[in-house]
Amino acid sequence: MTELSRIWRETEYRYNLIGYKCKNCNRTYFPPRDICPYCHRESIGKMEKFKLSGNGEITSYSIVHESSSAFKRQVPYVMALIKLNEGPVITAQIVDCDPDNVEIGKKVHMAFRKIREDGTNGIIEYGYKFKLA
Amino acid sequence: MSGIVSYGSYIPVYRIKPEEIARIWGDEPEKMRDNLFIFSKSVPSPDEDVATISVEAARNALSRCDINPQDIGAIYVGSESHPYAVKPTGTIVAASIGMPLQYFAADYEFACKAGTAGMQNVKAMVDSNYIKYGIAIGADTSQGAPGDALEYTASAGGTAVIIGKEKVIVEINHTLSVSTDTPDFWRREGEPYPKHGERFTGEPGYFKHIIAAGKAMMEKMDTKPSDYDYAVFHQPNGKFPMRAAKMLGFTEEQYKTGLLTPYIGNTYSGSTMTGLSAILDEAKPGDKILAVSFGSGAGSDAFDMTVTDEMKKYKRDRAPTIKKMIEKIMYIDYGTYSKFRKIIITGDSVE
Repeated sequence: MTELSRIWRETEYRYNLIGYKCKNCNRTYFPPRDICPYCHRESIGKMEKFKLSGNGEITSYSIVHESSSAFKRQVPYVMALIKLNEGPVITAQIVDCDPDNVEIGKKVHMAFRKIREDGTNGIIEYGYKFKLA
Repeated sequence: MSGIVSYGSYIPVYRIKPEEIARIWGDEPEKMRDNLFIFSKSVPSPDEDVATISVEAARNALSRCDINPQDIGAIYVGSESHPYAVKPTGTIVAASIGMPLQYFAADYEFACKAGTAGMQNVKAMVDSNYIKYGIAIGADTSQGAPGDALEYTASAGGTAVIIGKEKVIVEINHTLSVSTDTPDFWRREGEPYPKHGERFTGEPGYFKHIIAAGKAMMEKMDTKPSDYDYAVFHQPNGKFPMRAAKMLGFTEEQYKTGLLTPYIGNTYSGSTMTGLSAILDEAKPGDKILAVSFGSGAGSDAFDMTVTDEMKKYKRDRAPTIKKMIEKIMYIDYGTYSKFRKIIITGDSVE
């Protein structure tokens, strides 16, 4: 069974791409973290929520042909490393595209999609994916 | 006066042509295309549903204005394909656009007019100063049983409108509804596909209510068809709204901008509102608009609206227009459509 508490806890940043910014060095992080790995104790109490723009570019990607059962209907699909404009690099699916049109360096922006469903009677998990800009 | 402060739509990129559906079921392609006046319909991808469509539409509406989501005090999402039978779509949308803790919310269902019913409710709450802004959404990933005539038109899409009293781009001068108990179309609890009551679909259902609401509105506002620059009606197929428009005395020039079903299919609760969205993409100050939705079961909501000078400053280009959503598409075959819409019976290897 899907962890309800985890889904609920991550809702804010998965829905809205909310990360954290270290007010000591101005670096941004996603997913959120309590301590800046550069500033260490200097960042305590200085990590603030920061809404990322949802814009970035593809730095690497794979076309998935062998998926878990939850993603079978979407095969073949693209998983990519995306460098957001604010700095963090995240892993996300690129949707609504012909995989042959995906290239490193292409601009992308965030989309709101179903991530997975816990069967036909369980919770539906939503969050960010990306589209070619 | 209260009215629309911002609007935004979302239509999935995937399309299937009636010829492709006819190829599978042995229907005559030209007959289905021409009788329904439909060239393609939108199809949601497997990771899209009414919640995701509503969120995208709401975000597009918010991106066109400078409203703080914390000032939005109500959200009503109208649909007949909410992802959950019990658990609101509205709260998912509210969380995804940053609404505050204190807001009114409910999911509506009145077949294809649940979205415009939400608009009426939000307008009433704004007018009575319960809220500063409210958001009403009409969206669907509508169901048409494989092989049924509805399969040619049942599509996906939605539109969100934010209603308030400040920086109003479209004044809602008046709204009214007509309703009767009519067995034209229904879906029982737990059933995957709706049924239609054959001969009740046309005259006793669609036309009776659209015409009654349209006429009642023009009588109330003391207007005639030629007073309006645009008219938009619910669009279960491409032909019904054209016939309703002509019955009420409107010309093709007035209804063609809002007539989207030939390109995207019937988006059910999103239908009239998305047609309105296409009109607002090009409307200019002073333009008058008549919008009449229809929901089976049955009823119609009518709106008499006027575009204000505020439209000149409104940032329409901050979100994609309907025209762009109609142009940027990917066609799929019936096999892919079946996979996307979960028509194929699968074993343990899928989900």
